[in-house]
Amino acid sequence: MLSTIRNRLIVIALLVLGSAVSLFPRNVTIRERGPDGAMRDTTITRVPLKRGLDLLGGIHLALEIDESQGPVADRSGALDRALTVIRSRVDEFGVAEPVIQRIGTDRIVVELAGVTDPGRAKAIVERSAFLEWRITDMQNLFRDALPTIDQALIRAGVRAAASGGAPAQTLEQLLGADSAAADTAVAEAVPDTAPAADQPGPLSTLLFQGQIPGEFLVAEETVLLVDSLIRLPEAQRAMPRGRELVWAAEPISQGARSYRPLYSVDRRAVITGTELQDARATIDPTTNQAIVSFTLTRSGGRRFRAETRQHINDFMAIMLDGRVFRQPPVIRSEIGRNGQIELGTAPLQEAQDLALVLRAGALPAPLVIVEERSVGPSLGRDSIRQGQQAAIVAAVLVVLVMLAYYRFAGLLAVVALCFYVLFTLGGLASFGATLTLPGLAGFVLSLGMAVDANVLIFERIREELKLGKTPRVAIDQGFEHAMPAIIDANVTTVITAAFLFQFGTGPVRGFAVTLIVGILASLITAVFVTKTLFLIWLVRRGQSKEFAF
Amino acid sequence: MIRLFDKAEYDFLSKWRITFAISALFTIPGLVLLGIRGLNSSIEFTGGTAIQVHALDENIRTAELRAALSAAGIEGAEIQTFGAQDEFMIRARLDPRVEVDEESTQRTQAAVRQALTDAFGEDAFEIDAGRSVGPKVGSELRERTIMALLMAFGAIFIVIWFRYEWRFSLAAVLATVHDILATVAFISFINLEVSLVVVAALLTIVGYSLNDTIVTFDRVRENLKKYKRSNISEILNRSINETLPRTVLTSGTTLAAVLALLILGGPIIRPFAWVMTFGVITGTYSSIFIASPILLRVEQRWPGEDVRGARTIQTRGEPAAT
Repeated sequence: MLSTIRNRLIVIALLVLGSAVSLFPRNVTIRERGPDGAMRDTTITRVPLKRGLDLLGGIHLALEIDESQGPVADRSGALDRALTVIRSRVDEFGVAEPVIQRIGTDRIVVELAGVTDPGRAKAIVERSAFLEWRITDMQNLFRDALPTIDQALIRAGVRAAASGGAPAQTLEQLLGADSAAADTAVAEAVPDTAPAADQPGPLSTLLFQGQIPGEFLVAEETVLLVDSLIRLPEAQRAMPRGRELVWAAEPISQGARSYRPLYSVDRRAVITGTELQDARATIDPTTNQAIVSFTLTRSGGRRFRAETRQHINDFMAIMLDGRVFRQPPVIRSEIGRNGQIELGTAPLQEAQDLALVLRAGALPAPLVIVEERSVGPSLGRDSIRQGQQAAIVAAVLVVLVMLAYYRFAGLLAVVALCFYVLFTLGGLASFGATLTLPGLAGFVLSLGMAVDANVLIFERIREELKLGKTPRVAIDQGFEHAMPAIIDANVTTVITAAFLFQFGTGPVRGFAVTLIVGILASLITAVFVTKTLFLIWLVRRGQSKEFAF
Repeated sequence: MIRLFDKAEYDFLSKWRITFAISALFTIPGLVLLGIRGLNSSIEFTGGTAIQVHALDENIRTAELRAALSAAGIEGAEIQTFGAQDEFMIRARLDPRVEVDEESTQRTQAAVRQALTDAFGEDAFEIDAGRSVGPKVGSELRERTIMALLMAFGAIFIVIWFRYEWRFSLAAVLATVHDILATVAFISFINLEVSLVVVAALLTIVGYSLNDTIVTFDRVRENLKKYKRSNISEILNRSINETLPRTVLTSGTTLAAVLALLILGGPIIRPFAWVMTFGVITGTYSSIFIASPILLRVEQRWPGEDVRGARTIQTRGEPAAT
C-alpha cells in the first residue's frame, strides 16, 4: 500500500507541477497605442490565461462576401483573398493577439482586443486591397542620403521626440543591444553611413544593409522606433526624391533574432492590381521548384514589357496595401502578359500564399459586416470583479456545506476542491482556452458540481460502513461502487457541453470549454486526490478502530 | 456529524399523480403565455442593434435618452435600465417601416452613437457595449440552437441506451424534456430575454438534469441485480431513497454556487443565473418525481426482460414474464 501511495503522490505531484507551470506568470508583449499615437510594445507579466473580448473589451466583427451588388463568381476564393488582405492589415490595429478566422464556408471572424472605435476598425477591414509592383532603390539613393537624414534628425533634437518623452537612455540601450547583435547577426551595419560628427546617427545605426539594393533589416524591437523616426517631417524632407520607405509584411529571422525588412522603393508603380488578371502557384516540372505564374491584361502586358525592358536585373517589390510581400524578385528578362516568379526551393505552400496575395490585389472581394459586437473596457473589468466575487462566495459556501456535513472527509473534499481549481485553471491555460464571461459563470457553477464525485464516493463509503465493513474495505468498495455512476453521469454532461461548443460562438464556446475541462478535472481529483488522501489517512491511523465518518 | 435522510423510506412513486399535476399546472400556463406573448428573443436571434450605455451624467434617464433619439429621427427605440440606475440598454432601428438588413443594422449603431453625442456631449456617457446583428446571422443562430438541442438529446438517448437500456433512455430524456419545458415556462413567466447565454444555460440544464437522473438510474440498475425478489416500484423507491442524501447535497452545493452568481455575478450574467437556478431545482425535482414514475410506466407497458444480466423485471401481482 505504501508503494501505491508513493506512485499516486508522484502522479499528483506531476499534475500539480504541470498546472503550475502552465499557469506561471510570464512575460507577454502587448502592443498598444501610446498617448502620442505611436504604437509601442509593452511587456507585462501576467498569468497566461487568455481572456475573451467580453472581459478584455474590444471589437468582434463577422464578415461575409457582399453579393448585394451582384453575385461573386468564386465565393470561397474571394473569402481566401479577403482573409489575406485583412491579415496583412492587422498591424494597423496595433492589437496584441488578433483573431482572424474563417468560419465555415462563407464567413470571416475578426476579433480585435482593446480596439474601441468600431468605425476605424470597420473602415480598415472593409477597404478594398491595393496591389502594386515597384522597383527597389537600385541606385542606393536612400543609403547615400542616410547621413543627411541623420543630421536632420539630430538637429531636430530627435531623441526626445522619437520616444515621446522617454529619454535618450532608451535609445542608448537600443543602440547597445544592436551593436552587440551586429557581431553575431549575418547582417552588417552599414559601414559608410556613420556621420562624421561624434554623435552616432539616430537612424543609420538602427539599419543593417540587406542582401539586395534598397533592402535594410531592422531588429524587431526597434521597428516602432524606426517607424516613428522615418515619419518625422524632418526625415521626410531629407528623403531622396522619388523614393519611399515601406515595411515588409512579415519579419524574417536570422539566427535567434528577428528582423523586419525595410525597403526603399520607387514612388512610381510599375504595374498595379487592376492590370493583373490572375496568378497561380505551380511546381515547375523541369526544375521541380515552386513558381507563381501570372497573367496581365492586354494593356497591362504592353506596359509591363516596356517597363521590364528597362529594368532587367533590377529587383521588383510586390506590395499589397503598402507592405512588401517576400523578398523582391529580380527581373531576369523582358516580360509581357505572362510571367512567372520563381521561389527557388521554397515549399509550394509559400508559392500559394504569394499567389493569393497577388489575386487579392487583382480581384476585389467586397465584404459586408453581418455582425458587430463591441465591449468597452470598463464593462469587462466590472464583469471580472463580479465574477471573482461570485466565485469566492460560491467556494466558501461549498466548503462550509462539505465541512458541516462530512467533517473530516469534508476536509479531504475541500483539499480536493483546491486541487480541482488548480487543475481546471491549469487545463484551461494549457489548452489555450479563452476565458469569457459565460466561461467564468461556468467555472462558478462547476465549483458547486465538482464536489459531486466526492459526495457520491462518501455516500457509498457510509453505506458500506453501515453494512458492517471495515474502514479499509468500505473505502475501497465505496470508490469502486461509486465509479459507474460518476462516469455515466459525467459522460452525459460532457456530451451536452460538446454540442454547446459546436453550436456556440466565442463567449458560449468559452463556457463549454470551461465545463468540459472542469468535469475532467473533477474526475481526476476524485479518483486520484481524494483516494490518495484516504489511503494516507488509513496508513497513518494504524490499527485504531474508530472511524468517524 | 450530519446525516440527512439516513433511513429514508419515502414512497415517492405513489405520489406521481400529484407531481405530474404540479408540473402540468406550472408548465402549461407558461407555454400558453409564451404562445400569446411570444418569446422575448434578444437581437442575437432576431437581428438588430442593441447598445449598452453608461450615463455619467445623473440627469440622463430613460426619458432624456428617448428624447435625444427622437430628435435625431430614431423613433420607437426600446430603452431599459440594465443592472444599475445609470446603465441603459437601447434597442433601436432606424426606420421601423424598412426591413432590417445587414447594412441598416450597421448604420443604426452609428446613428445612435451620434444622436447621443449630439444631445449630451461626448463626456456625458460611455458606450459600454454595442451589438449589431444582421438578420441572416440571427436566423442561422435560431436554427443552430434547435439543432444543438435535438442532437444533444439524440446523442444522450443513444448513450444511455448503450449503458443501460432504451427504457431508461426514454424515461431520462422525457424527464429532461420536462425540465426544458418547465424552464421555458419559467422564462416566459418572468419575461426573461432569451439570449445566447440563456440558451447555453438551457443546454447546461440538460446536462445537469441528466446527471442527476443517471445517478438514480445507476442505483436502479444495481438494485435490480441485488434485490431479485422486489418488484420494480419497490426497487425504484429504494433507489431514490438511497441516493437521496447525495441528491440533496449536490443540488445544495450547486444551488449555492448558482445563487452566488445570481446575487453577485452582475447584470450580464444574471439571466444565465436565473435560468440555472430554476434549472437546478427542476432538474433535481424531475429526477425524483418525473423520471422514476415514467420509468415505472414504461416498464409496466413494455416489461423489460433483462437489465445487463439482471433478473426478469416483474410487477407485483403479475406473473413473471420469462
